[in-house]
Amino acid sequence: MTASRLATGGSAIDRSRPIRFSFDGAIVHGFAGDTIASALLAADVAVVGRSFKYHRPRGIWGAGVEEPNALVDIGGSVAATPNTRATTEAARDGLVVKSINATPNALSDRNAFLDRFSRFIPAAFYYKTFMWPDWHMFEPRIRAMAGLGKVDTGWTSPGPADQINHHCDVLVVGAGPAGLAAARLASGAGLTVTLVDDQPKPGGSLGHRTSEIDGKPAALWVEETVAELAQAGHLILPSTTAFGIYDHNLVGLNQRHRDGRPDTLWRVRPRQIVLATGAIERPLPFANNDLPGIMSADAALAYLRRHAVLVGQRIVVATNNDSGYEVAEALAEAGAEVTLVDIRRDGAPTAPANVRLIAGRSLAAADGSLRVQAVTLDDGTRLDADCVLVSGGWSPTIHLFGQARGKLAWSEARAAFLPGDPVDGIAVAGAAAGAVSLSEVFAGVGTAIASLGQTTTAVPRSTGPEATGGILAAWPMPGSKGRIWIDYQNDVTVKDVELAARENFVSVEHLKRYTTLGMATDQGKTSNLPGLALMAAITGRTVPEVGTTTYRPPFTPVPLASFAGARGAELMAPVRRLPLESVHRASGAVFQEYGGWLRPAHYGGNADAERSIADEARRARQSVALFDGSTLGKIEVIGPNAAEFVDFIYYNTMSTLKPGRCRYGFMLSENGVVFDDGVLVRLDEHRFVVSCSSSHVAAVHARLEEWRQDRFGRGAVYIHNATAEMATLTVSGPNARKLLETLDLGLSLDDADLPHMAVSHGSYAGDEVRIARVSFTGDRSYEISIRADRAEPLWAHLRHAGRAFDAVVIGLEALMILRAEKGFIVIGKDTDGTTLPQDLGVEGPRTKRQGEFVGRRSLFTDEASRGDRLQLVGLTVPQGEAPLPTGAHGVRRSDGRLRSQGFVTSSYQSPTLGRAVALGLIERGAARHGETIDIQHLGKIRTATIAPPCAFDPAGDRLHA
Amino acid sequence: MQLFPCPFCGPRDETEFHYGGDAGNARPDGVDVPIERWADYLYLRTNPKGTAREIWVHMNCGEFFVMERDTVTHKVLSSTALGGEHAA
Ligand SMILES: [Zn+2]
Repeated sequence: MTASRLATGGSAIDRSRPIRFSFDGAIVHGFAGDTIASALLAADVAVVGRSFKYHRPRGIWGAGVEEPNALVDIGGSVAATPNTRATTEAARDGLVVKSINATPNALSDRNAFLDRFSRFIPAAFYYKTFMWPDWHMFEPRIRAMAGLGKVDTGWTSPGPADQINHHCDVLVVGAGPAGLAAARLASGAGLTVTLVDDQPKPGGSLGHRTSEIDGKPAALWVEETVAELAQAGHLILPSTTAFGIYDHNLVGLNQRHRDGRPDTLWRVRPRQIVLATGAIERPLPFANNDLPGIMSADAALAYLRRHAVLVGQRIVVATNNDSGYEVAEALAEAGAEVTLVDIRRDGAPTAPANVRLIAGRSLAAADGSLRVQAVTLDDGTRLDADCVLVSGGWSPTIHLFGQARGKLAWSEARAAFLPGDPVDGIAVAGAAAGAVSLSEVFAGVGTAIASLGQTTTAVPRSTGPEATGGILAAWPMPGSKGRIWIDYQNDVTVKDVELAARENFVSVEHLKRYTTLGMATDQGKTSNLPGLALMAAITGRTVPEVGTTTYRPPFTPVPLASFAGARGAELMAPVRRLPLESVHRASGAVFQEYGGWLRPAHYGGNADAERSIADEARRARQSVALFDGSTLGKIEVIGPNAAEFVDFIYYNTMSTLKPGRCRYGFMLSENGVVFDDGVLVRLDEHRFVVSCSSSHVAAVHARLEEWRQDRFGRGAVYIHNATAEMATLTVSGPNARKLLETLDLGLSLDDADLPHMAVSHGSYAGDEVRIARVSFTGDRSYEISIRADRAEPLWAHLRHAGRAFDAVVIGLEALMILRAEKGFIVIGKDTDGTTLPQDLGVEGPRTKRQGEFVGRRSLFTDEASRGDRLQLVGLTVPQGEAPLPTGAHGVRRSDGRLRSQGFVTSSYQSPTLGRAVALGLIERGAARHGETIDIQHLGKIRTATIAPPCAFDPAGDRLHA
Repeated sequence: MQLFPCPFCGPRDETEFHYGGDAGNARPDGVDVPIERWADYLYLRTNPKGTAREIWVHMNCGEFFVMERDTVTHKVLSSTALGGEHAA
């Protein structure tokens, strides 16, 4: 028994609420307020995991977010998270905690033999060794042996993570003495404050370091300050980590909950930011400095004062700075036998009572197998110890400042990087700015608040003992004996950094990538500075000459669920839905997504879909078909310059269109490629409706807006996207007019009054309807547009009246067959990113139009005039043969090799024609009608005959039948 | 994520905006435009380091506008409606 729980004390724990959880199968007892780490320490569990590469036994190092060793997998009914830091995760009843990278458990790991071969597996060993024939051959097995925790594949999400957007005047990161003082001063200046801290309780170092503020014990001052801030209505978020500062000082927060809810992501846009993020204690370099039982000195004090855990009986405290003295004193007072080894011969404080001080000595090595048993000093003195606490100095937590592109300044006196030139809207205060004593902290807070342009009143005063900042740098040195760890989590030692230097990876960014120093989940919070100081020593440079790697978010790991929020499953890319969706579902429609819209593919349920589709397509030609075409774009172009505008937008001349008439046309991109096709309706002199492709509405709308605003001006043209306002119900087929005549639509359906490509207005049940005679099937068709919310009775009426005509309701698949029979194209399917209008057989406007239009100049380039362009054709196969596969290439043999001469773009079995029909883009196709070509698909070659695109009713008689 | 000032709506999150190209890339009209000039208009971009004048559109309200920003610091210098009204 070495570590133990004291009978009294512990400001964070509630002894009236015992809890229990399991670690590697054994039951661990603790109290509410314990972290997993403090409970494991109290239970004297020394080995909590195995290291990444060498499977070395590892114990708890710290008491916070910087923890490199104590990563655990958490399962059980409460939560399931791999690679969780035991030092930040609250211990709760029922948790199932497992050590990582250990088989079967941390204490007896069968891969521990790897450590004996460590000499043969230095930095980059795997990359160098497994190069031939291919790293990827070896990677899976190597990764399985390395790696960290295991994802629980049986885990299911309790629901989406909340995401909250938040604004405030001042965001204070860190609720230690500096953060609390800054929040109070900002509040006093009348600002709205948000205060975040990654610990469950505010106070920071005041929770375990002795101090007195404004004449009160620190704990009382913390309590009063927090109460005052809450009273004033400020937002205080404990257990919340500010993990990133992004452009324009957007700050990302991840808030942890203790009730099984997913974490909450906060996007905060503060006017000003105060970083009071504290500092992180560094290890000291000596051989085997990674043994379990070797811990951060400050962490040991935190466990003592917060959790009443005494981490050992015979403790060596090794330090190079003053902060270890309070730790040694407190542990001796708590009953441990304490030896303090200070690297400094002179200038150190006096030894605390009951502590043996050895000045001017440092640790050379630690001994022990599964936990530390003794240390050897640099003069050979051997000291027995069941616990070694080290303090190698403090690294200000300037990660967020660095992310905000703040430049760092090296301080030789503090042996640390401090924040350099200020960043707009960001002030750094407290230990993060290099302050040591509370007086320094508070003075710095006053300056920080003033730097944000605020007047400060009543800056707190330190009235108790003050910490002192004496330090003598103790960096890892080249040529040291034994294995000295720098990066615990990624198993990087002094020898690895020396190897990197020998192989000329001397730049700090190369050092990082070559040795993986600082690339573990802890991102080198304890190891980066010792690593680059060692590189400085090896290469004869100063620490600032070596410099730091780039600081990037996140500061600590953030669950992907936080970033995903509600954007999962259907909400990942929400589909657009038809007003009549439920009506179609009730009719047995099978829905599919088409260009962002959820539409009926066909009716008749899922069984025998192909037959349903063929039936729909055949019956549509026999009598009359009903089709929901509501997705069709309906963008209105209104205003005195509307005619001039549509002339510019379209490839075809549109201004000559008479009111009440429709015209089919193309829109081009400026590079001449056909962008969209559709019918333009002219309602009156100054009002047009652009019917664009369903999936293109947003893009066409944006394009119209751009030209309107950039070329025509807002006063001359107005654009309104009415697509969602109206439902469009299509009636098509030889009996379409007869069916419509049974409805009282209040308008003449006579062909003289409403011929093909005309539009007319009527009404249905008191609502205006617009009827356009436009056809995508090749049959007489009427598109009836009505207010979306009044479409259902009209649809029901059409279906009811349709019974007398054996009407069929068709889905999009049948419509695709009907239009392909007619050779009507779908942009993006029968065209690609090179198709020009002349390739589709529409040459007229190019040669005849005088006025300017989008894409015009591009139609006259050398490329546009090539003789071997791909052109739209029909492709026929012998009767009885299956349809050609869409995407199959037309091929010809040249120089002994097959060469593509175009491809099949649409292909269907036509139930009406009793044969396959296909469209394709084929080289010089327009001039090759009647020619037979080879079509290759998956290595097989068939033949097809080039034909005009239209395979059904080429004269177009059925439009008027 | 940056904040962009829409001349119509004020400061909004960058995810609501689309980039629309270099500002001042005037369109040469006509079929007689030299092909090199037309290719410049279609494809040649200045990609400046430092101050850039760019067209952006705020997807929420549909406003196209000119924004001046620094491509190095991401600082937004101004935004101007296409009609010339100055916003920020
Ligand atoms: Zn806007």
